[in-house]
Amino acid sequence: MAKFLIVDDSNSIRQMVSFTLKSAGFDVVEASDGVEGLEKAKGDQFDLVISDVNMPNMNGIELCQELRKLPPFEFTPILMLTTESSGDMKMRGKAAGATGWLVKPFNPEKLLATIKRVVR
Amino acid sequence: MTIDLAQFLPTFLEESYEGLETMETGLLNLQSSEDDSIHSIFRAAHSIKGGAGTFGFTQVTNFTHLVETLLDEMRDGRRDIIQSDIEILLQSVDCIRLLIEADRNESVCEDESINNVQILLNESLKSANTQTINESEDTNDSKSTNQQSWLIDFIPQPHLVQTGNDPIFLFNALADLGELRIICNTSELPVFSDIEPKELYLKWQIQLSTLSSTEKDIREVFEWVEDECILDITLLGTEAAVDKEQDLKSAPVASEPALDIKAAKEETTRTSLTDNDKPQTSAKTKPDVGSIRVGVDKVDILINLVGELVITQSMLSELGNDFDLSKLEKLTSGLDQLLQNTKELQESVMRIRMLPISFAFNRFPRLIHDLSIKTGKEIELVIKGEQTELDKTVMEQIGDPLVHLVRNAVDHGIESKEVRIANGKSPKGKISLDAYHMGGSIVIEINDDGGGINRQAVLNKAIEKGVVEPNSTLTDSQVFDLIFEPGFSTANEVTDISGRGVGMDVVKKNIQSLGGRIQVASEPGKGSSFKVNLPLTLAILDGQLVRVGTEVYIIPLISIVESLQTKTDLINRVSGNMLLYRLREDNVPVLPIYQLFNLEADNIEIDNSLLVVVESDGQKVGLMVDDLLAQQQVVIKSLKDNYQQVDGISGATILGDGSVAMILDIPGMISMALAQAQVAQKTAHNNIEEVV
Repeated sequence: MAKFLIVDDSNSIRQMVSFTLKSAGFDVVEASDGVEGLEKAKGDQFDLVISDVNMPNMNGIELCQELRKLPPFEFTPILMLTTESSGDMKMRGKAAGATGWLVKPFNPEKLLATIKRVVR
Repeated sequence: MTIDLAQFLPTFLEESYEGLETMETGLLNLQSSEDDSIHSIFRAAHSIKGGAGTFGFTQVTNFTHLVETLLDEMRDGRRDIIQSDIEILLQSVDCIRLLIEADRNESVCEDESINNVQILLNESLKSANTQTINESEDTNDSKSTNQQSWLIDFIPQPHLVQTGNDPIFLFNALADLGELRIICNTSELPVFSDIEPKELYLKWQIQLSTLSSTEKDIREVFEWVEDECILDITLLGTEAAVDKEQDLKSAPVASEPALDIKAAKEETTRTSLTDNDKPQTSAKTKPDVGSIRVGVDKVDILINLVGELVITQSMLSELGNDFDLSKLEKLTSGLDQLLQNTKELQESVMRIRMLPISFAFNRFPRLIHDLSIKTGKEIELVIKGEQTELDKTVMEQIGDPLVHLVRNAVDHGIESKEVRIANGKSPKGKISLDAYHMGGSIVIEINDDGGGINRQAVLNKAIEKGVVEPNSTLTDSQVFDLIFEPGFSTANEVTDISGRGVGMDVVKKNIQSLGGRIQVASEPGKGSSFKVNLPLTLAILDGQLVRVGTEVYIIPLISIVESLQTKTDLINRVSGNMLLYRLREDNVPVLPIYQLFNLEADNIEIDNSLLVVVESDGQKVGLMVDDLLAQQQVVIKSLKDNYQQVDGISGATILGDGSVAMILDIPGMISMALAQAQVAQKTAHNNIEEVV
């Protein structure tokens, strides 16, 4: 069963993403900021990481850069959750090694459809 | 698959209100963009906007978007942080609060402040040069119901896989759109020894037959890799495509997309309606259930205790299986343990309801900020002891009285800048809030360094209102207590902050209904101090059980000063059939409970009887009882909810033997006793002075 890491400081968004993925039969681990996310990533293997961009302590872009430095996460899909669909945000995400982005508002059906592009 | 997100609405709401508070406190302290708080303010706004979009709170989304944009510019240093913007943002916080309420009730918020603030926000945004990114939507987006065949040339750059993208998954996603035929081109593949394992050397040609997908749908699949590949999408052919194209050319071009948009809109409103249906009804049927956040440590303690309770229980039930007297000692120790467990469990459960008083205090910085603008007074707010814990229900009910006291301190307490300077004080007034535990209660102090209460003005007003006899001599504290009389205000003019004279009496009533009391002290020119004493919890009470005749009553332990056996020579009989007992230097009126409640008592003579001396509001009264029983904690059951309010009784409880006992309302009883004693006491005073 595929296992996902969800990193978001907003409790409601995190719960919703997590709930959606769990109802689709995925395994989900949650973290509330980049630091916690990185910590959880180090002790585990994940098939996909979904992270918010704006977070305290360590933001999503930094988390992405850190994750890419870890050998097990070299090719792991990392998706950024963002409200901004501006090109600038995408560029920054790409530069940090992000696989793609999910634009809020969060929509469960769309989430499940889009993550198909990166996981089985 | 439909996923119902309604269950997350309460979380979102809770989080949003927290976010708004973060924004408020952050904004109040915000000085520059170097400040860390600008980031947390931005994040809070950002999260609210994100969540609001998900739940279809469009009013909130649209409004918060403006706020977020402004904050973003501040955060990036593109905009200087100026006071006027902070004011607008603070007002926006209030607006968002209103809008969340409105969206939650699916109504349109008609408060005019929304529009006003929105205009201010827009003006502020326009005032700086900001680049707005207009994303041009793909317009060559014609939806078709005909079977279409697309040819997709996909030539990824070698490093594509290094960002976690994998073509196989993209093809999987494409397969959802229609039927696929994929041809892989391996011509670029180097000899095995030259292969760089992290690079991608393949390219693909894909043929997609689809019923409903447009070029946009296909491009969307490649959305995340479009900068890392060459992507060519061509329409191979459409069955009945000729008709289609002709239609497009002859008919107004705009008509079809317009229809599309409309249909899509209808769909979204429909889904958002069904989405919102559930939280709506649930929110309406059980309003204000509320929730509290409890630390994991508190829950862990509970679980441990329950574990111990289970162990004790199994030990006791084993003991009961074949019990004989030899095991009596074991039984007693088991019961002791049970008592201990229950007590700890009770304490821990109560602790869950305890919240730091900062929940009640955190609205004050904003209040002071707004009031100081309104009144033109400079005020510094000092908050201490915000971690002091208090029962949630008490907290909820103490908020409004506190706000009133603080407003009063600003309006009546602190003098205007000119007056302060003239009196040699610092132009900046100071109001402090302090909370601390004392015994079984919590004390909240509200102090200001203003002009103090004008004793003469209060007295004059009281005489004018007929509350006090013109020539009576009153102590300072008696005079200050007059401000708690109904309809009492000494403010010369009524302001919109306070001064309508509906307040202090309500404040006092509210505090008393919580089982608390309020005291005031004041010094002319130096300021006033209000002290609010509140019980930590409303649910459980430490009580002294007393017997009168056949009835058992409970006296709250907190109000008992001492219990004693009367001595004949210390009893004073005064006129009006009133008894006074000499307790060291005090004369305490004696109140026989049997008289008050019309009971048959064993002992109706005061000589050598038992007297429980209780105190409330600084006034002592001796309650005459037949017997002192155990002291124990009792669970308070409201008499008002189950029967009706009875004078002198604050509630009832159920004792260990199943019988019901009344809890005495000490302040109520004292005022009953004082009413009886008022005439008698005056003469008594004179008598005693003669004796001394």
